Amino acid sequence: MVPTQYYLILSAILFGLGAVAFVVKRNIITIFMSIELMLNAVNLAFVAFSQAKGKLDGQVFVLFVIVVAAAEAAVGLGIIILTARNRRSLNIERVDLLKL
Amino acid sequence: MKAVTTFLAQDGGFWVLTFVKIALLLFIVLTVNAYLTWFERKVVALMQSRVGPHRVGPHGLLQPAADGLKFLFKEDVMPGGVDKFVYLLAPFLALTLALASLAVIPFGPNPLPFKFFGHQIDLWITNPDIGLLVLFSVTALGVYGVALAGWASNSKYPLLGGLRSSAQMISYELSMTMSVVGVLLMANSFSLTDIIQKQSGRTIWGVLPAWNIFSFHGGCPQVVGFLCFFISAIAETNRVPFDLPEAESELVAGFHTEYSSFKFAMFFIAEYTSMITVSSLCAILFFGGWNSPFPTTWTVTHYIPSLILIPFGLWVLFDGLKYETIFGKLILPGLGTAIAGVGALLLAGIWIAPLHDVNEYIQAPFWLLGKIFFFLFFYVWARGTLPRFRYDQLMNIGWKLLLPVSIANVIVTAAFVLLRSAP
Amino acid sequence: MSPALIVFFLLAALSVIGALSLILQKHPIHSALSLIVVMVSLAGLYLLMGAEFVAAVQIIVYGGAIMVLFVFVIMLLNASAEEHTSFSKLAKFGGLPLALALTGLLAAAMIRNGGAVPNSATPDALAKTSDISLMLFSTFVYPFELTSFLILVAIMGALVLAQREKKT
Repeated sequence: MVPTQYYLILSAILFGLGAVAFVVKRNIITIFMSIELMLNAVNLAFVAFSQAKGKLDGQVFVLFVIVVAAAEAAVGLGIIILTARNRRSLNIERVDLLKL
Repeated sequence: MKAVTTFLAQDGGFWVLTFVKIALLLFIVLTVNAYLTWFERKVVALMQSRVGPHRVGPHGLLQPAADGLKFLFKEDVMPGGVDKFVYLLAPFLALTLALASLAVIPFGPNPLPFKFFGHQIDLWITNPDIGLLVLFSVTALGVYGVALAGWASNSKYPLLGGLRSSAQMISYELSMTMSVVGVLLMANSFSLTDIIQKQSGRTIWGVLPAWNIFSFHGGCPQVVGFLCFFISAIAETNRVPFDLPEAESELVAGFHTEYSSFKFAMFFIAEYTSMITVSSLCAILFFGGWNSPFPTTWTVTHYIPSLILIPFGLWVLFDGLKYETIFGKLILPGLGTAIAGVGALLLAGIWIAPLHDVNEYIQAPFWLLGKIFFFLFFYVWARGTLPRFRYDQLMNIGWKLLLPVSIANVIVTAAFVLLRSAP
Repeated sequence: MSPALIVFFLLAALSVIGALSLILQKHPIHSALSLIVVMVSLAGLYLLMGAEFVAAVQIIVYGGAIMVLFVFVIMLLNASAEEHTSFSKLAKFGGLPLALALTGLLAAAMIRNGGAVPNSATPDALAKTSDISLMLFSTFVYPFELTSFLILVAIMGALVLAQREKKT
């Protein structure tokens, strides 16, 4: 059996990589994908704790996180489509002013 | 030698056995795919009052081999300006996912009577507790093959065809999964063997088999669920009447326009393999899987396989003698004699005890394969008969007809389950 | 080295490679494909932990629906490879080290207190779907109903946002 710490360290690494991608990348869609990566890292930690304690609460919570991520992805991508239409670019450096 | 034997007797043997089963299944499925294309062309041709392939080998039986050779020897063209990685990934992904879904389909309930170094040989590759969910996961990922193929081709028609085709697949995936929930409510398990197990026995005064499409056992007959599932599955696999995105007169060839030779063959094989998977799902979920339609007490019906094989073998034998080529004169009669011989051996199970056990053993796989064959025939029949839907009609049916109907099916089945359960 | 540990390291390496590839690739579609690789390897890790229902839901919902949405949007908006803009000074000298420090802090916290997680009696048990569903509809029924409402709101929001402007 794999010790729980290994899963938690992997979760921390993935979260850190997601945070790095959020800061470094320029394309709006890629930044949004890094948010999904961070959510996945958190899901991994939940399931690891659920396995360690032998209770299923962690896994049920993972289901909720996945559902919320889906809802957020739908609305967020709608916003991204509108922004891309108005500003004609997906580069985040062009979206940092309210003026078009 | 001793080291090899001990290795095989422990975990190593399990992995070797699994790899052998996978190789055997892949070989069988790829051959069945090839002859499914022959079957489709022949049946559609006969429905259209023409003959179909009949030049390459007797009755066109070598046509799939000729097609395969053509695919291998054709020039492999890669259009300029494509994203190479994604262009090469798409057919690979489609084929891998289509073949991966076959891993959880059970072909028979009982393991083989002999053991492989102490490991039991079941008639499936794996039987997880969430077998049905594995199939849905693979179907859900199958959208990528189509979408990425359309996008990577760097061309207008494939992009449109790919987007339309993947939008269609996603829409019908919803009603496909919802229509199966009725079966899950009745069976209380995701495992395919459990679902088949619950469908054994008789129902309605012992007349009809207790298949999910007839049975009131703990639920209601899943007729609506079956219709929703079958129609959604035809749309999911992009077959007629839902094949607008890849129809020849509409969008050149849709998402696989820019693919030639073996990459196109991969898409082709993926489509036919998903047809086989969906047909086996229909048979397993709604029509009782390997349960025979006759009661188990009617032992006469156990000889139906041999009663089918013997006349078929004799027909092949006498038909082969009419040919003038070597293939016809030698191989077809030989094949016919072999088939009739197997049928006769199974029939001899009435008198000889070991053959009786063999006959009993093949009952379950025979009925399952017969039902799968029936659904494949239904697919081909639909192709030969129905015109195709326009894209907006297609999306209307998916969202406004099938999804509400499958949700209503879930509600009605849940009500029946609640009313019939012991208070 | 038990087989479980070997499988864990393989899947963990695959997910980290996928995450690195998300950062290092220039075209958003390659980043999307790398994220799909991460999600599938995480589903494998969930299977390793015995959470088979969660693994199936992860592949079906995350890998088969959310990422398909991302891929569609990238295709429709015709996103091209990123122009190479240099990192801002803040990102290069402040952001990256801070992100690494964050990761290191989290990992150190895990390693230090790893023994404090109480171990269950049956660590290798497969989580049964029926138990999860019982818990979902009894203890967690209120969040369940709220999330269904949330999905409805998200559907309406996405429809309103993505429709074309009416020409008045």
